[in-house]
Amino acid sequence: MYVAVKGGEAAIRNAHKLLADRRRGDRDVAPIQLDQIVEQMSLAVDRVMAEGSLYDPELAALAIKQARGDLIEAIFLVRAYRTTLPRFGYTKALETAQMQIERRISATFKDLPGGQLLGPTFDYTHRLLDPELAEDAPIEAPDQREEPEVFTPRVTDILGHDGMIEEDGELPEGAVAGDLTREPLTFPLERDLRLQALARGDEGFLLGLAYSTQRGYARSHPFVGEIRIGEVEVELEVAELDFPLTLGTIRVTECQMVNQFKGSAKQPPQFTRGYGLVFGQSERKAMSMSLCDRALRARELGEDITATAQDEEFVISHSDNVQSTGFVEHLKLPHYVDFQAELDLIRRMRAEHERNRLDGAETKEAAE
Amino acid sequence: MIKEDTQSTETGSAPDLQRKAAMALLAQATAPEIAALWAGWSDKPEIETLRGPETGLVMLRGRIGGGGAPFNLGEATVTRATVRLGNGAVGHAYALGRHREKVRLAAVFDALWQQPECRDAVERAVLAPIADRLERDRTSKRAETAATKVDFFTMVRGDD
Repeated sequence: MYVAVKGGEAAIRNAHKLLADRRRGDRDVAPIQLDQIVEQMSLAVDRVMAEGSLYDPELAALAIKQARGDLIEAIFLVRAYRTTLPRFGYTKALETAQMQIERRISATFKDLPGGQLLGPTFDYTHRLLDPELAEDAPIEAPDQREEPEVFTPRVTDILGHDGMIEEDGELPEGAVAGDLTREPLTFPLERDLRLQALARGDEGFLLGLAYSTQRGYARSHPFVGEIRIGEVEVELEVAELDFPLTLGTIRVTECQMVNQFKGSAKQPPQFTRGYGLVFGQSERKAMSMSLCDRALRARELGEDITATAQDEEFVISHSDNVQSTGFVEHLKLPHYVDFQAELDLIRRMRAEHERNRLDGAETKEAAE
Repeated sequence: MIKEDTQSTETGSAPDLQRKAAMALLAQATAPEIAALWAGWSDKPEIETLRGPETGLVMLRGRIGGGGAPFNLGEATVTRATVRLGNGAVGHAYALGRHREKVRLAAVFDALWQQPECRDAVERAVLAPIADRLERDRTSKRAETAATKVDFFTMVRGDD
């Protein structure tokens, strides 16, 4: 007989009240404002937008505040929010070649059109804690340098001219980009769906897998062809107008990873590529994504599948931190009945074990 | 700004291109900016809201490898509105984000812009200040980035 048990309403209500209190913290400390989070915790905001798969800095800031800075919880809140809104359509593809660039580096070419632009990077800092930041010391305005606007070609286009590198990936003729928010995933996947999943995948999970490929599990000899960060225009075609509308700009990070490929009977040796594109400023994520994208192309490129990072079903099924946290954390919810059943079972098994032991002893005695 | 927009459209007649450029500027105005421009607009028409302002999502697309087949990157919030002025002119607006009043006013300015007798005034008093501000932002950002450009030099080694 199954007996449903109710209870805990008052405890839950009070727990949530306590959560609100602890979230606010010491009332003598000024409450944090959303614009402060957007401006001064901008990379946390970017991460919540990327893995929440929703570009809206103010919403991400609200989620971070509500989640007390727990970014996976904030990502969860953003994912839940997006389900409440109607979808107006699909935008035209972003043109990263037309990006208003804020950072652009290449590890493969020193001198390239447009140059190496470091932008606001943590690279080359000494990673020493800065006690002055604890105070409110005024911050100098950044230096400016007048330069004529030059077209900054993508490094892969420079290499592409002489066939040394494969072209940008294409889908089969007539294919429409899959959308995992509309259709459940069925394996094997095409690269478009893998990229969608990786773009919203957990940064830490993808970072670990990317690292594994460098350590020899599905080694792919990667070079950073280019990383670029900046703003791109978003355009949408709508029924009421016969031209695509500009909706504004968003910031993205793009990584072009260049990898070796020894060629096959059909193809001469050339560089292959892995691709990363992420909302906001997040080159660690974009780099990890491009390494995972390249590893997951093993089947397409006829490589032996020997490592976890090449196992599409494993990687994509476990890269979403909202799914992962949902299933791991559900273990803490009441499992009283399940556990009672297990407990009963173990008791019976132990009783049987004990009976068998005694029987065995008796049989042995009888034999003697 | 206007020049860039016309470049990115392959189809459409000249008035469409101009309207596209105007709507692009309105979409990129900030909420306080457009509110101030509206406050400064003298001959305010009667406005009827036909749709919205309402917030929804668009799925943003990237391209495999940066220039290949499209894939779905993730969503963004978008707000849209459609208004009709007292004289029957209809205006539309779409913009990233959830600023409803901004988008409603953008739709009003779109309707005004479409009327030949108002177009000059909208371009002078509304679009030009937005375009100037965007251009200033862009120029200073570009100059700030340019200051972080690496100038390589070669170290000479050896005894001779």
